[in-house]
Amino acid sequence: MSRLMRWETAVTLLLVLVFASGAGFSPDFANNDNLSFALDDLSEIALIALPMTLLVVCGQVDLSVASILGLCSALTGKLWDGGMSIEAIIPLVLVVGVVCGLVNGLLVTRLGLPSLAVTIGTLTLYRGLAYVTLGTGAVSEFPTAYTDLATSSIPGTPIPYPVALFAVLAAVTGVVLHATGVGRSLFAIGAQEDAAYFAGIRVKRIKLILFAVSGLVAGFAGVVYTLRYGSARADNGIGLELAVIAAVLLGGVDFDGGKGTLGGVIAAVLLIGLLRNLLMLNDVSTEVQSIVTGLLLIISVLTPRLIAVAREARGRRRGARPAVPAAAP
Amino acid sequence: MTIRLRAPRRLAAAATAGALALSLAACGGTTKDSASDSGDAKAGGNASANPNAPLKKGLKLAFLPKQVNNPYETIVDNAGIAAAKEFGGEAKEVGPSDASASSQVSYINTLIQQRHDAILIAANDENAVCGPLKQAMSKNIKIVAYDSDTNPDCRDLFINQASSEEIGRSEVKLLSEQIGGEGEIAILSATANATNQNTWIKFMQDELKKPEYSKMKLVKVAYGDDDDQKSFQQTQGLLQAYPNLKGIISPTTVGIAAAARYISGSKYKGKVALTGLGTPDQMRKFVKDGTVKGFELWDPKNLGYLAAFAAAALSSGQITGAEGEKFKAGKLGERTIGANGEVILGPPTVFDAKNIDQYHF
Repeated sequence: MSRLMRWETAVTLLLVLVFASGAGFSPDFANNDNLSFALDDLSEIALIALPMTLLVVCGQVDLSVASILGLCSALTGKLWDGGMSIEAIIPLVLVVGVVCGLVNGLLVTRLGLPSLAVTIGTLTLYRGLAYVTLGTGAVSEFPTAYTDLATSSIPGTPIPYPVALFAVLAAVTGVVLHATGVGRSLFAIGAQEDAAYFAGIRVKRIKLILFAVSGLVAGFAGVVYTLRYGSARADNGIGLELAVIAAVLLGGVDFDGGKGTLGGVIAAVLLIGLLRNLLMLNDVSTEVQSIVTGLLLIISVLTPRLIAVAREARGRRRGARPAVPAAAP
Repeated sequence: MTIRLRAPRRLAAAATAGALALSLAACGGTTKDSASDSGDAKAGGNASANPNAPLKKGLKLAFLPKQVNNPYETIVDNAGIAAAKEFGGEAKEVGPSDASASSQVSYINTLIQQRHDAILIAANDENAVCGPLKQAMSKNIKIVAYDSDTNPDCRDLFINQASSEEIGRSEVKLLSEQIGGEGEIAILSATANATNQNTWIKFMQDELKKPEYSKMKLVKVAYGDDDDQKSFQQTQGLLQAYPNLKGIISPTTVGIAAAARYISGSKYKGKVALTGLGTPDQMRKFVKDGTVKGFELWDPKNLGYLAAFAAAALSSGQITGAEGEKFKAGKLGERTIGANGEVILGPPTVFDAKNIDQYHF
């Protein structure tokens, strides 16, 4: 595909279209309150989508993120209930997030297991630990100073504080992925792991660190989630991993690894969130909302493939075989 | 390669940083005990009520159940939607497809944007919905909790299905009628720490102290943890351990159904009475095969109906949610607001062979 016709460009255009039609036809859409709320509602998905993009580019996936979020939320509640201060809880919970991520990473790199299988296992394991930590109850009554921080916006803008933080982390992630050697290594691993290894890239170490970062961010999202809802629960964030992966795929990252941009993923996160908000404002039922999101995802996975097939067919008709390197004389 | 540090050293560095942050944080910070500022003033609490104000026409109400497509909640909400037509308003039901703690929050935001007059909510988590509900109240949207309460700070009224006292005492009365007022009885509860269950059981025990129940003896409170299998086994255990058992009260829909299943297939059928709280759909076959003579639950239609009228009375300024205020709830007659902004639907409905086919939930 040419640079202009890239999938992420299409997602961005779709995002602009959704925003414009929302602003044009739905009087309740483009106001500060609603946009700020819609953005805040995306906080955890957006945060976790950052390391997930790196993982998928690298040919890996982490399905345990929502369970790590739940475990860290439960732990936050348990410790708060025990009289610990929020300032002490946050670093501790983040360490737990990193440990969860390291377990995933070690299982993948040391035992050579596929990340899909490993993280399906730890998805259940971490969720189980969350229930062991807090049971089925909830811990609430967090200090309003913190809960307000999680839900209010930077004065004069519709940008909630967690989203502002996301913007900073997104900038860092974008630079790492698209402008450093580490980023190039990730694409290389995703495209052809063996080749990357023989080219001197420390594949295992990079993967391990990525899983640790994924756990760290999921743990942090657990704290944000807990404060945003003022409710720590073991079942917090159930199913969130699918929303994150949907956004990453819709953003044009190839599930097989080696291809994708962070910009595309960010556009996709916003697209899913604003589309859902717009559908809700127009009283579209939950069922239809999931149908729309599902179709969008299938189209996003299908379209590049269809284009490739069409191109190949056209190539054949013209008699010219698709770009096969000429055999050496 | 840009990554040079060896992993063990990286880990050590991270651990040190973590420990450092911990020890720093331990010196001070916000703890549960130091943060005791949850006593926000209730929004709209200073408004005065005008009991003679007519119900406004064209009120926009929205029902936000725990989960859409749940048969019980659908009955409640449809009754509320029908009630809104009675007073010339319009109502709708919106909500999430899963009953997770936070899933209702984006719907509340939507209803605020759509400028509804009142939001009626059966909360999945009493606190997770609190922030957006407070925001709604600050925009003069009335909040009525029904079926499952929110934190009292975040709503104007709670429509309670039945008072805990009434449920507890009436269960004992119901069982006493079924066993002729004498014999050993047991209770099959949900979990040992379920607040509502324990409150009901407390009132059952108090009711049993009355002279008319002097020949009834509570021998055991068993816990089935609201797990079908476990409740089934607990029933079996109770009947084996107490051969003279005459009756069981199971104030949980899971427990009563499991107990009925066990009794209906055992030699105790027709000999040991079973009552408690259950839904007609679950219990229909056990009522028809004679295992259960009667059990109770509130009428979900009346719950939705009362909630709609309460929301209309709030939005029309007839009431503000203060204790002692009265309002008319259509065919249900007058209701008075009790302590903590609670309105009680009334005594539970008893379902038996005569009326069970009129109810489907």
